[in-house]
Amino acid sequence: MLRLSINGESRDLDVDPSTPLLWVIRDYAGLTGTKFGCGIAQCGACTVHVDGRPVRSCVTPASAAAGRQVTTIEGVNGGKGGLHPVQQAWIDEQVPQCGYCQSGQIMAAAALLERMPSPTDADINAAMSGIVCRCGTYPRIRKGIKRAAAAIANARPAEADNG
Amino acid sequence: MGKWTRRAFITSGVAAGGVVVFGVAIRRGERSGRVTGLVAADGEALFDVWLKIAPDNTITAIIPHADMGQGVHTALAMMLADELDADWSAVRFEEAPAHKEFANYALARGYSTAGMDFPAWLIDSVDGLFFRATQMMGLQITGGSLSVRTTGEVAMRVTGAATRSVLLEAAAAEWGVPVTELTAADSMIRHEASGRESTFAHFAPAAAELPLPDKPALKAPDAFRIMGTSPPRFDVPPKVDGSANFGIDAVLPGMKYAAVEAAPIFGGRVVSIDESSIQGMPGVRKVVNLDDAVAVIADGYWQAKKALDRLAVEFDDGGNGRASQAGIFQQFSDELDSAAAGGRAKDDFVTGDAAAALDAAARVLEAEYRVPYLAHATMEPMNCTAWVHDDRCELWLGTQNPLGFAKQVAKAIGLDPSQVVLHNQYLGGGFGRRAFDDFAIQAARLAADAPYPVKLIWSREEDMRHDHYRQASISRFRGGLDASGNAVAWHNVYVNKHDPEQAPHIPYAIADQAIVYSDSETHVPWGFWRSVDHSLHAFFTESFIDEMAVAAGRDTYGYRRALLADSPRFRAVLDLAAEKAGWGENLPDNMGRGIAIHRSFGTIVAQVVDVEIVDGRPIARRVVCTVDPGFAVHPDNLAAQMESGIAYGLTAALYGEISIEDGAVAQSNFHDYRMLRMDEAPDVETYILNGGGMTGGAGEPGTPPIAPAFTNAIYDATGIRIRELPVSKHELRLKDIEDVA
Repeated sequence: MLRLSINGESRDLDVDPSTPLLWVIRDYAGLTGTKFGCGIAQCGACTVHVDGRPVRSCVTPASAAAGRQVTTIEGVNGGKGGLHPVQQAWIDEQVPQCGYCQSGQIMAAAALLERMPSPTDADINAAMSGIVCRCGTYPRIRKGIKRAAAAIANARPAEADNG
Repeated sequence: MGKWTRRAFITSGVAAGGVVVFGVAIRRGERSGRVTGLVAADGEALFDVWLKIAPDNTITAIIPHADMGQGVHTALAMMLADELDADWSAVRFEEAPAHKEFANYALARGYSTAGMDFPAWLIDSVDGLFFRATQMMGLQITGGSLSVRTTGEVAMRVTGAATRSVLLEAAAAEWGVPVTELTAADSMIRHEASGRESTFAHFAPAAAELPLPDKPALKAPDAFRIMGTSPPRFDVPPKVDGSANFGIDAVLPGMKYAAVEAAPIFGGRVVSIDESSIQGMPGVRKVVNLDDAVAVIADGYWQAKKALDRLAVEFDDGGNGRASQAGIFQQFSDELDSAAAGGRAKDDFVTGDAAAALDAAARVLEAEYRVPYLAHATMEPMNCTAWVHDDRCELWLGTQNPLGFAKQVAKAIGLDPSQVVLHNQYLGGGFGRRAFDDFAIQAARLAADAPYPVKLIWSREEDMRHDHYRQASISRFRGGLDASGNAVAWHNVYVNKHDPEQAPHIPYAIADQAIVYSDSETHVPWGFWRSVDHSLHAFFTESFIDEMAVAAGRDTYGYRRALLADSPRFRAVLDLAAEKAGWGENLPDNMGRGIAIHRSFGTIVAQVVDVEIVDGRPIARRVVCTVDPGFAVHPDNLAAQMESGIAYGLTAALYGEISIEDGAVAQSNFHDYRMLRMDEAPDVETYILNGGGMTGGAGEPGTPPIAPAFTNAIYDATGIRIRELPVSKHELRLKDIEDVA
């Protein structure tokens, strides 16, 4: 039995703790937004957050996530309802094509913006080059990250006023 | 197995299914009744098989194509809605079920094909391309960049216009006024004189009883209100919150998971399986010998995968164990030598007398180019969930060819095709791979002998080693130049022709041309790969014309331009690319600029690449892409497809190489079959020219020109001519360093 906190919900799962976190999320927790792409941390389609940091869940044993907060695409907006600014920017820039890698792209971008609110092109390259998009949506991903960064920056003073 | 071409593929399907009978028109009014139960809910009025109007005035387009990121659901719904004069904000779509009524539509449609009653600007599509396109759509295939060109033009626009016409007729009857006094806009019909107005939905039940007109008037492009705009795509929101269901996301009660390993060498079979090697491994249900593959079924995917990895299996080599990449290229080279000596060469395109023109030329330039096999490497590995129960087989998967899959799956497990129910999901990339049904047949065979649904997932390694590959090829050229350097002769011989037929043809006005080919089969399975033969021939022909320009001492853009004097559309696309790219301006010493132009699937694309050489590595920094598809239905989506086609082609040009060692594919995953990544992705600027005429494709035409534009830019920067892909095989040095050395 393995106890995991996924998107703020604690779950007891009957699974071998050495199973990669990816398959535990998909097949045991039933959250299919996180994707399998390569199984060897080469493509990033499986990217989730563990304690806010992006990890490749296909090579992370589920046991390594025990006692930590796991966040998937389904919970990227922190249960606040609506869309994360990165998701909204992805719609505004019409980023996805086939869409299969986009959960990983969005999780990596959200983690980047958490760490660096206004990333440079070099920062974006460093944070995003681990996530392969076979449809070549990279130019739109770059625009989407910049748009989301601007939206987050614009939202901040308003939040401060409300608070 | 004989040589596979897209034509053969289509023809075999037609013969097997018997659903397509060319030239026979089924009378109107016979069709929609048979599909009503499949697509229409109570209260909805169905028009032909493509359009529904609900009581709340929602319009639904029924679309017989898979979405794999090319935006087809949105673009086709736009075409229908525009002709209907619908309110776009209340237009939806549904993917058509895998049902033959949606397959033989274009041929069965009395008003759209029997009399060939097309508007004049579509007439040239009725023969040639359209003949083949219709056959292709007859199998509900998504490929060939054809969805907008055929389903859009024939089914969506014509049905939209015809339905608008019967709605107006019904309104005129109810209100007792002439049709000519009525106007339709935003899903409403209005009678200006009396101020009366009502919804399409109000008239839909009466209109659905009327015969659809044979010759609905289609709008001229200047009357389009929805086509030519870029509304947000339907498929984007579910792709940003994880809710889009891909094949791999199917979940069924009691489902088990399967991992599979096929004989590593194509043609190989299972010799023995030692099940004791996985004795006692948790969750394992059973081991299945699929003859040319072995599968393990377990309670969880990871359990199945781990057990399969440990399972002791012996395969034979099918007699192909000694095949190597060097041997395959030697075989091709020998074939071309033999062809040159009057062997088995077949004419592809011949005009004038190339041999005589070469003899008479002041100078003859020769070059040989090579390209490797390529895998599709869709981000979603092949997978299929199958459930055999109650005398039927249900499948959940992403496919570019639902009817073909259903037929082959039925055959494999002894059912009638009508007993196969296929639930098409979002495709995590297609690019041609998901037109091949091997993985679906495996899943169905596993499920046929299981009391539970089975989800089969290929590992990335399995996906890469058991693809249907873009062919490797060699192409040789001899080009004749006159004393002034003008191109006067073009001789090209290459191995293995698939299709499209015109892929090796050039747009340039060279009077004497001979393009010939010879077939040289290997044991490596062939498949459609984004743009098919265009992906290799654009590299060959646009590299060689560049070499001719350089040999003539001319500017590579100007040389092409002069040869396109009689092709104004090509010239306009080329000129715009050069202008937007700033052709002729100086670049830094470590950069180079290259150009290429190619037409495929009815769309002309030119690209100018700026490459920077960084520590011997070429990085494409900027691509200017100009495109003439006739008319861009959804300009932003066309731009997205150009960006996508460029990344796909640039990935292949830089890194793409599947090679054969000891009969098997040497590569296995993204570490040795590399992908373009964010830090190597160029900025792409797309400029659209609506040149008019027949509508061209969008999904594939962006791919062919990028490899030669890129390698021509590398030549400009380094003086090194890349004649064999991928570029990563070559050591690059800057021109000035070479000059100093």
